[in-house]
Amino acid sequence: MLIEITPEPLAPAPFLQHVRRDDSGALVLFLGVVRNNNLGRRVLYLEYDAYPEMAKRKLWEVGEEALARWPITDVAIAHRTGRLEIGETALLVAVSSPHRHDAFSACHHIVNRIKEVVPIWKKEVWEGGETWIEGEPVTEK
Amino acid sequence: MKARVKFFAALREMMGTRELNLEVADGQTVSGLYRELCARFPRLGDYNSTLLYSVNAEYVSPDHTLRDGDEVAFIPPVSGGSGAH
Repeated sequence: MLIEITPEPLAPAPFLQHVRRDDSGALVLFLGVVRNNNLGRRVLYLEYDAYPEMAKRKLWEVGEEALARWPITDVAIAHRTGRLEIGETALLVAVSSPHRHDAFSACHHIVNRIKEVVPIWKKEVWEGGETWIEGEPVTEK
Repeated sequence: MKARVKFFAALREMMGTRELNLEVADGQTVSGLYRELCARFPRLGDYNSTLLYSVNAEYVSPDHTLRDGDEVAFIPPVSGGSGAH
Protein backbone atom coordinates (compact mmCIF):
# COMPACT_ATOMS: atom_id res chain seq x y z
CA MET A 1 0.00 0.00 0.00
CA LEU A 2 1.15 3.52 -0.76
CA ILE A 3 -0.24 6.50 1.19
CA GLU A 4 0.74 10.11 0.63
CA ILE A 5 -0.24 13.58 1.86
CA THR A 6 1.63 16.18 -0.14
CA PRO A 7 1.61 19.84 -1.18
CA GLU A 8 3.15 18.79 -4.53
CA PRO A 9 1.07 18.17 -7.71
CA LEU A 10 -0.19 14.57 -7.99
CA ALA A 11 0.92 12.60 -11.05
CA PRO A 12 -0.86 9.23 -11.42
CA ALA A 13 2.00 7.24 -12.99
CA PRO A 14 3.97 6.27 -9.84
CA PHE A 15 0.78 5.26 -8.04
CA LEU A 16 -0.44 3.13 -10.95
CA GLN A 17 2.99 1.54 -11.13
CA HIS A 18 2.87 0.79 -7.41
CA VAL A 19 -0.43 -1.13 -7.47
CA ARG A 20 -0.07 -2.87 -10.85
CA ARG A 21 0.56 -6.65 -10.74
CA ASP A 22 0.96 -9.33 -13.40
CA ASP A 23 -1.88 -11.37 -11.86
CA SER A 24 -4.32 -8.45 -11.69
CA GLY A 25 -6.34 -7.63 -14.78
CA ALA A 26 -8.09 -4.55 -13.43
CA LEU A 27 -6.62 -1.26 -12.34
CA VAL A 28 -9.08 1.47 -11.36
CA LEU A 29 -7.90 5.05 -10.97
CA PHE A 30 -10.05 7.76 -9.40
CA LEU A 31 -9.02 11.41 -9.58
CA GLY A 32 -10.93 14.05 -7.65
CA VAL A 33 -10.22 17.30 -9.48
CA VAL A 34 -11.04 20.89 -8.58
CA ARG A 35 -14.29 22.01 -10.24
CA ASN A 36 -14.90 25.60 -11.38
CA ASN A 37 -18.32 25.89 -9.71
CA ASN A 38 -20.23 24.90 -6.58
CA LEU A 39 -23.77 25.79 -5.45
CA GLY A 40 -24.08 28.21 -8.36
CA ARG A 41 -20.90 30.07 -7.46
CA ARG A 42 -17.91 30.46 -9.73
CA VAL A 43 -15.03 28.91 -7.80
CA LEU A 44 -11.62 30.56 -8.21
CA TYR A 45 -9.53 28.01 -6.33
CA LEU A 46 -9.56 25.67 -3.31
CA GLU A 47 -7.27 25.55 -0.32
CA TYR A 48 -6.78 22.29 1.57
CA ASP A 49 -5.71 21.99 5.17
CA ALA A 50 -4.81 18.65 6.74
CA TYR A 51 -3.74 17.11 10.01
CA PRO A 52 -1.01 15.20 8.20
CA GLU A 53 0.02 12.63 10.83
CA MET A 54 -3.57 11.66 11.53
CA ALA A 55 -4.69 11.89 7.89
CA LYS A 56 -1.96 9.42 6.90
CA ARG A 57 -2.99 7.02 9.63
CA LYS A 58 -6.66 7.25 8.64
CA LEU A 59 -5.90 6.80 4.92
CA TRP A 60 -3.93 3.71 5.85
CA GLU A 61 -6.89 2.34 7.83
CA VAL A 62 -9.29 3.07 4.95
CA GLY A 63 -6.98 1.16 2.60
CA GLU A 64 -6.65 -1.76 5.05
CA GLU A 65 -10.43 -1.87 5.41
CA ALA A 66 -10.85 -2.21 1.62
CA LEU A 67 -8.12 -4.86 1.38
CA ALA A 68 -9.91 -6.89 4.05
CA ARG A 69 -13.35 -6.56 2.45
CA TRP A 70 -12.68 -7.15 -1.28
CA PRO A 71 -10.32 -9.53 -3.10
CA ILE A 72 -8.19 -6.68 -4.35
CA THR A 73 -4.41 -6.75 -4.82
CA ASP A 74 -3.17 -3.36 -3.70
CA VAL A 75 -4.23 0.21 -2.96
CA ALA A 76 -2.59 3.61 -3.36
CA ILE A 77 -4.12 6.81 -1.96
CA ALA A 78 -2.77 10.35 -2.20
CA HIS A 79 -4.27 13.66 -1.10
CA ARG A 80 -2.92 17.07 -1.95
CA THR A 81 -2.76 20.02 0.46
CA GLY A 82 -2.40 23.79 0.03
CA ARG A 83 -3.81 25.93 -2.78
CA LEU A 84 -5.20 24.06 -5.80
CA GLU A 85 -6.28 25.66 -9.05
CA ILE A 86 -9.25 24.59 -11.20
CA GLY A 87 -8.53 21.22 -12.86
CA GLU A 88 -5.80 20.16 -10.45
CA THR A 89 -6.01 16.78 -8.73
CA ALA A 90 -6.90 16.89 -5.03
CA LEU A 91 -7.43 13.17 -4.42
CA LEU A 92 -6.01 10.11 -6.14
CA VAL A 93 -7.10 6.53 -5.45
CA ALA A 94 -5.68 3.57 -7.39
CA VAL A 95 -6.90 0.00 -6.81
CA SER A 96 -5.77 -3.19 -8.54
CA SER A 97 -7.56 -6.53 -8.49
CA PRO A 98 -7.80 -9.71 -10.55
CA HIS A 99 -11.25 -8.65 -11.84
CA ARG A 100 -12.78 -5.21 -12.45
CA HIS A 101 -15.90 -5.44 -10.33
CA ASP A 102 -13.98 -5.63 -7.04
CA ALA A 103 -11.62 -2.82 -8.02
CA PHE A 104 -14.55 -0.50 -8.89
CA SER A 105 -16.41 -1.34 -5.65
CA ALA A 106 -13.35 -0.96 -3.43
CA CYS A 107 -12.32 2.31 -5.08
CA HIS A 108 -15.83 3.75 -4.65
CA HIS A 109 -15.87 2.70 -0.99
CA ILE A 110 -12.43 4.18 -0.33
CA VAL A 111 -13.41 7.58 -1.77
CA ASN A 112 -16.59 7.66 0.36
CA ARG A 113 -14.75 6.72 3.55
CA ILE A 114 -12.08 9.37 2.96
CA LYS A 115 -14.79 12.01 2.94
CA GLU A 116 -16.08 10.72 6.28
CA VAL A 117 -13.06 10.06 8.48
CA VAL A 118 -9.85 11.57 7.12
CA PRO A 119 -8.95 14.92 8.75
CA ILE A 120 -8.61 17.05 5.63
CA TRP A 121 -10.63 20.20 4.96
CA LYS A 122 -11.14 22.42 1.96
CA LYS A 123 -11.80 26.11 1.73
CA GLU A 124 -13.66 27.32 -1.32
CA VAL A 125 -12.65 30.73 -2.62
CA TRP A 126 -15.01 32.35 -5.09
CA GLU A 127 -15.50 35.86 -6.46
CA GLY A 128 -16.30 37.99 -3.44
CA GLY A 129 -15.94 35.48 -0.63
CA GLU A 130 -14.63 32.27 0.84
CA THR A 131 -15.81 29.52 3.16
CA TRP A 132 -14.51 26.35 4.78
CA ILE A 133 -16.61 23.45 3.50
CA GLU A 134 -17.86 21.13 6.21
CA GLY A 135 -18.84 17.57 5.46
CA GLU A 136 -21.56 15.75 7.33
CA PRO A 137 -20.72 15.47 11.04
CA VAL A 138 -19.45 11.95 11.62
CA THR A 139 -21.12 9.75 14.16
CA GLU A 140 -19.46 6.47 13.26
CA LYS A 141 -15.69 6.27 13.36
CA MET B 1 0.56 18.64 33.24
CA LYS B 2 0.86 19.94 29.69
CA ALA B 3 -1.06 19.39 26.47
CA ARG B 4 -0.50 20.60 22.92
CA VAL B 5 -3.72 21.61 21.15
CA LYS B 6 -3.82 21.75 17.35
CA PHE B 7 -6.29 23.74 15.27
CA PHE B 8 -7.19 23.18 11.63
CA ALA B 9 -9.23 24.81 8.88
CA ALA B 10 -11.90 27.21 10.18
CA LEU B 11 -10.75 26.74 13.78
CA ARG B 12 -7.16 27.61 12.88
CA GLU B 13 -8.28 30.85 11.20
CA MET B 14 -10.56 31.72 14.08
CA MET B 15 -7.86 31.09 16.71
CA GLY B 16 -5.17 32.75 14.58
CA THR B 17 -2.76 29.91 15.42
CA ARG B 18 -2.08 26.29 14.53
CA GLU B 19 -1.11 25.25 18.01
CA LEU B 20 -1.37 26.18 21.69
CA ASN B 21 0.66 24.74 24.56
CA LEU B 22 -1.53 24.62 27.64
CA GLU B 23 -1.32 23.73 31.28
CA VAL B 24 -4.07 21.18 32.01
CA ALA B 25 -5.40 19.96 35.35
CA ASP B 26 -4.72 16.31 36.22
CA GLY B 27 -7.66 14.13 35.26
CA GLN B 28 -9.06 16.63 32.75
CA THR B 29 -11.02 15.09 29.86
CA VAL B 30 -10.71 16.13 26.22
CA SER B 31 -14.21 17.66 26.21
CA GLY B 32 -13.45 19.37 29.52
CA LEU B 33 -10.42 20.99 27.93
CA TYR B 34 -12.61 22.11 25.02
CA ARG B 35 -15.10 23.73 27.43
CA GLU B 36 -12.21 25.47 29.21
CA LEU B 37 -11.01 26.88 25.91
CA CYS B 38 -14.54 27.95 24.94
CA ALA B 39 -14.65 30.04 28.10
CA ARG B 40 -11.48 31.82 26.96
CA PHE B 41 -12.37 31.94 23.25
CA PRO B 42 -16.20 32.07 23.05
CA ARG B 43 -16.39 31.72 19.26
CA LEU B 44 -14.90 28.24 19.62
CA GLY B 45 -18.25 27.29 21.15
CA ASP B 46 -20.00 27.72 17.77
CA TYR B 47 -18.60 24.33 16.78
CA ASN B 48 -19.78 22.52 19.87
CA SER B 49 -22.28 20.15 18.21
CA THR B 50 -20.20 19.10 15.22
CA LEU B 51 -16.65 18.59 16.57
CA LEU B 52 -14.90 15.31 17.08
CA TYR B 53 -11.96 14.96 19.45
CA SER B 54 -8.61 13.39 18.76
CA VAL B 55 -5.74 12.60 21.11
CA ASN B 56 -2.34 11.68 19.71
CA ALA B 57 -3.82 11.51 16.18
CA GLU B 58 -6.61 9.05 17.01
CA TYR B 59 -10.34 9.76 17.44
CA VAL B 60 -11.41 9.48 21.08
CA SER B 61 -14.69 9.83 22.98
CA PRO B 62 -15.49 13.13 24.75
CA ASP B 63 -14.84 11.62 28.18
CA HIS B 64 -11.29 10.51 27.27
CA THR B 65 -8.91 11.48 30.09
CA LEU B 66 -5.80 13.41 29.08
CA ARG B 67 -2.24 12.55 30.05
CA ASP B 68 0.83 14.71 30.29
CA GLY B 69 2.25 15.56 26.86
CA ASP B 70 -0.85 14.60 24.87
CA GLU B 71 -1.47 16.13 21.46
CA VAL B 72 -5.12 17.16 21.25
CA ALA B 73 -7.10 18.30 18.22
CA PHE B 74 -10.69 19.45 17.78
CA ILE B 75 -11.79 18.06 14.44
CA PRO B 76 -14.48 19.92 12.44
CA PRO B 77 -16.52 17.84 9.95
CA VAL B 78 -13.99 16.74 7.33
CA SER B 79 -14.29 17.68 3.65
CA GLY B 80 -11.46 16.04 1.74
CA GLY B 81 -11.68 15.09 -1.93
CA SER B 82 -12.90 17.44 -4.63
CA GLY B 83 -16.72 17.28 -4.65
CA ALA B 84 -19.05 18.19 -1.81
CA HIS B 85 -20.44 14.69 -1.32
